[in-house]
Amino acid sequence: MSALRFTKDHEWIRQDGDTAVIGITDYAQSQLGDVVYVELPELGRRVEQGKEAAVVESAKAASEVYAPISGEVIAVNGAIVDDPAKVNADPMGEGWFLKLKLADARQLDALMDEAAYLKFVAEQG
Amino acid sequence: MTGWRQALSATRDQTTGAPPAETGSDMATMTGNRGLQIEEKLLFEQDSPGHCGVDLPEALQFRSRLGGLERDAPIGLPGLSEPQIVRHFTRLSQKNYAIDSGLYPLGSCTMKHNPRLNEKLARLPGFADLHPLQPATTVAGALELIDTLAHWLKLLTGMPAVALSPAAGAHGELCGMMTIRAALTASGDARRRILVPESAHGTNPATAAACGYAIDSIPANPRGRVDLAALKAALGGDVAALMLTNPNTCGLFEDEILEIAAAVHAAGAYFYCDGANFNAIVGRVRPADLGIDALHLNLHKTFSTPHGGGGPGSGPVALAATLAPYAPLPWIVHAADGLVLVEHADGPAHHTIGRLKGFHGQMGMFVRALAYMMSHGADGLKQVAEDAVLNANYLRVRVEPVLSLAYPGTCMHEVLFDDRFLKDTGVTTLDFAKALIDEGFHPMTMYFPLVVHGALLIEPTETESKAALDQFADVLLGLAARARAGDAASFHAAPRLTPRRRLDETNAARKPVLRWRPDPVRTEAAE
Amino acid sequence: MRYLPLTRHDRADMLAAIGVPSIDALFADVPAPARREGLVDLPRARGELEVDRAIAAMAAKNVAAGSVPFFLGGGVYRHHVPAAVDHLIQRGEFLTSYTPYQPELAQGTLQALFEFQTQVALLTGMEVANASLYDGATACAEAVAMARRVTRRGTAILSGGLHPHYREVCETYGRFAGGGLALQPPNPGSGEDLARLVDQGTACVVVQNPDFFGEVRDYAALAQACHAAGALLVVIVTEIVSLGMVRSPGEMGADIVAAEGQSIGNALNFGGPHVGLFASRDGLVRQMPGRLVGQTADAEGRRGWVLTLSTREQHIRREKATSNICTNAGLCALAFTIHLSLLGEAGLVRLARLNHAAAVGLAERLATVPRVDLLNRNFFNEFTLRLPVPAAAVVDRLAERGILAGIPVSRLYPEREDLADLLLVAATETVTADDVDRLEQGLGEVLR
Repeated sequence: MSALRFTKDHEWIRQDGDTAVIGITDYAQSQLGDVVYVELPELGRRVEQGKEAAVVESAKAASEVYAPISGEVIAVNGAIVDDPAKVNADPMGEGWFLKLKLADARQLDALMDEAAYLKFVAEQG
Repeated sequence: MTGWRQALSATRDQTTGAPPAETGSDMATMTGNRGLQIEEKLLFEQDSPGHCGVDLPEALQFRSRLGGLERDAPIGLPGLSEPQIVRHFTRLSQKNYAIDSGLYPLGSCTMKHNPRLNEKLARLPGFADLHPLQPATTVAGALELIDTLAHWLKLLTGMPAVALSPAAGAHGELCGMMTIRAALTASGDARRRILVPESAHGTNPATAAACGYAIDSIPANPRGRVDLAALKAALGGDVAALMLTNPNTCGLFEDEILEIAAAVHAAGAYFYCDGANFNAIVGRVRPADLGIDALHLNLHKTFSTPHGGGGPGSGPVALAATLAPYAPLPWIVHAADGLVLVEHADGPAHHTIGRLKGFHGQMGMFVRALAYMMSHGADGLKQVAEDAVLNANYLRVRVEPVLSLAYPGTCMHEVLFDDRFLKDTGVTTLDFAKALIDEGFHPMTMYFPLVVHGALLIEPTETESKAALDQFADVLLGLAARARAGDAASFHAAPRLTPRRRLDETNAARKPVLRWRPDPVRTEAAE
Repeated sequence: MRYLPLTRHDRADMLAAIGVPSIDALFADVPAPARREGLVDLPRARGELEVDRAIAAMAAKNVAAGSVPFFLGGGVYRHHVPAAVDHLIQRGEFLTSYTPYQPELAQGTLQALFEFQTQVALLTGMEVANASLYDGATACAEAVAMARRVTRRGTAILSGGLHPHYREVCETYGRFAGGGLALQPPNPGSGEDLARLVDQGTACVVVQNPDFFGEVRDYAALAQACHAAGALLVVIVTEIVSLGMVRSPGEMGADIVAAEGQSIGNALNFGGPHVGLFASRDGLVRQMPGRLVGQTADAEGRRGWVLTLSTREQHIRREKATSNICTNAGLCALAFTIHLSLLGEAGLVRLARLNHAAAVGLAERLATVPRVDLLNRNFFNEFTLRLPVPAAAVVDRLAERGILAGIPVSRLYPEREDLADLLLVAATETVTADDVDRLEQGLGEVLR
């Protein structure tokens, strides 16, 4: 079951069974500006929901990427380390950050679906 | 809003609102030079190997005592003659804007005139050619100068002690926070948190973290000052100190400062003040009378020592009696037979936090600052604060009909605008600033403080004439009119008249090239 | 007042435009208890002539190094700075400009700093250098902090040969930021076995070359021992001219170099301002403190420079910054760059050889003074003598005779009575044959 969910901090998470892919949203990349650098976690690291999992930097800003749910890092996207521009160009696809093995899939239920997230963004003004 | 329309038509009449006419800046030359703007390669690209701009004799025969640790590979430094070097750096200097060139309205930087008397006196051999570890009998005049400077700073701040060794403002903040932590530790009351307003300069939380503290942010109230209720709610037995800037980074005097100080002290915490904006109150208000326990001063801001392209600075810290025992080494104490330099943690300095810098402090900046203070005197320094505040408010009333003032009413020595006046124009604060450059001004501080959107923070200082302010105001109004008239394209293209157009900061961060390398393949951009 | 352009007329006009009756109205936010009548109790304004006289009178009470035979080192060295340097740094566009945050208006500063970064990297044998820190001692403390971040370990082992002021600054910073320091005692005249102390808890080992006592050593083996244990080697250089002759820290395997650049381009200045140098490897650049200048292109494809990797710094990262540093040593770094450009490769090497020759010659002469012994096996332009009596008194007596003979080690190590008879002596290219004669003679007489 491939469920796409969003957080208030503008991360997206796409579930696929007991794993999930995580990245930042189009709104986030547009706010950040040109991404120049990303810091990804080591494989095997356990991340906790709401805590820092990665860092994304533009020339003038640095932002934490928080883990939408808890889990273990099973893959990171080296392509965005070599070419950070991918995060701007394709934030929902090629610009993904990391893959987690889910600790508890039920944590996804509390996150926004796409419609709710788009409404949330519109309210940001 | 008739005032706005008047300003708009006034600027149209003066034609400062019109977009820049073709100035011939697109004309091509063989050299790439443009009249007085001369292109200059890197030193490493002009090497005449073996050449030298200094004539040194050959060393007489000696038996090496390096134990075989001689360098065997060349270093790779280029050699040039003195005329080439002088020309190289002269050409470089001509690509810089400076206070000597024009108004430099950077908020909280206090870009005031740097008097040349200060430069002359700092270079006297009796100061410049003095080693810090010479015997005390040979440096009595240096100790006297430092002590005199300390005396002036103590009287201006109303504080009983001042630590002079910190090398810059951030270094002074570190010093102040360390004395606070030492004092609390000594009384067995170690606390974990520092409170910092949202509008604070980045050095404040960075310094608190460097001292091992966690940081809690205090929001501003609708009047742009620290929210007193939020502050009181955040205070507790776990808070070591509040770090406050006053006047704050929005250019406003914290009018509830006495209540703030009382609340902080009642909670057993210390009151640290970032003195970057001291220029607004020097000679008129003493920080000690505001309940402040520690305050760093920036000699390179309030006291005119030159910014030098980014440094050196000097950040002395005035301390209350409760914190004075922890001041960093060295101390200058008055003894029976004169001034004594205390360099170790014994006797009076038993509780010092230790040494923060290699030697005694930024002596070169002490000489300059004292010359400045003595030139102005008590009356002149008070006039400095008054003229600084007057100039900022004059600019405020000239442009506030058009530019969106962040907080209504009187400001202190600097005035804060946000980007509401650029709404729907397609012109950002950044674009607006870049257009100022073509008009011959350094932009104001942009995007700081973070508490307003698209901040523009303007500090003219007292060394600007009314005519200079009027010209600057006219240009601000003219640019605002041009933006509102829909000419976003000219802003996006700015600056057009500088030696370089907008530079690609994204690429500089993605693929950092931080030095020249001999291999030509590694050198990036096309010439 | 000569620095204030506003006239009384201007002030009146401006107050009217603002719509307030007096300047006091603009200070209405100052709470009543803090308002003061009258002026602070300090002298009134004075003209240039008076200020000049008052301050020159203080300067006249000091003995300038160049006016007497002078042999002090200890981390601050007297070298000849060519006249062109001071003229160039006093150009208003360099002197009175600010940090290059608007690169289109600051290509002069940015290009000069890029050249500075390159020079520092070349001299130290490292890959990348920053745009300067306050001084060598704070650069040393920043190096320790960086090593802790990089290795995620706490302990820094500090050699006994590290300048004691540098050690003290590390202690002060470390006490508040956390992390242990394993301080090795100074042991001049004998070696240290630092490799033996390195373990899995070690973030870095900090050594100085030449060390505080002037000894020059090869740290290649120590570098290997550090790397084998996952620790970093930090090398401190307090006399940067030594790198004109001595093998560089980079060649020895250093991971971070923190140095004092004062010897090139900058006067003694009674201890400040000086210029901290900081260099490391490319892979560690994002953990480096301080400003960095990077090369890029402008909108027309022309090469230019900008401040870069700013997300490490306080104005962006705030409490997560690599350091709280904002200001650098700008103008002092520029003076360094200009002086080193004038010297070039040939000049720096020649300058270093002159320094070494001067020290070698001086050491040979002083060794002939009865009961004076040279402690060093190796040295560059500074060495340590053992005297038959406490050195501090000897220095004071020679000062009375108009000779600044060096630094008694007891000045910096008062608690070590066993070091009280040691004298640090430096000789640079500014030392004359007459100076040497007077020191040898004076020392002989005082020790009789």
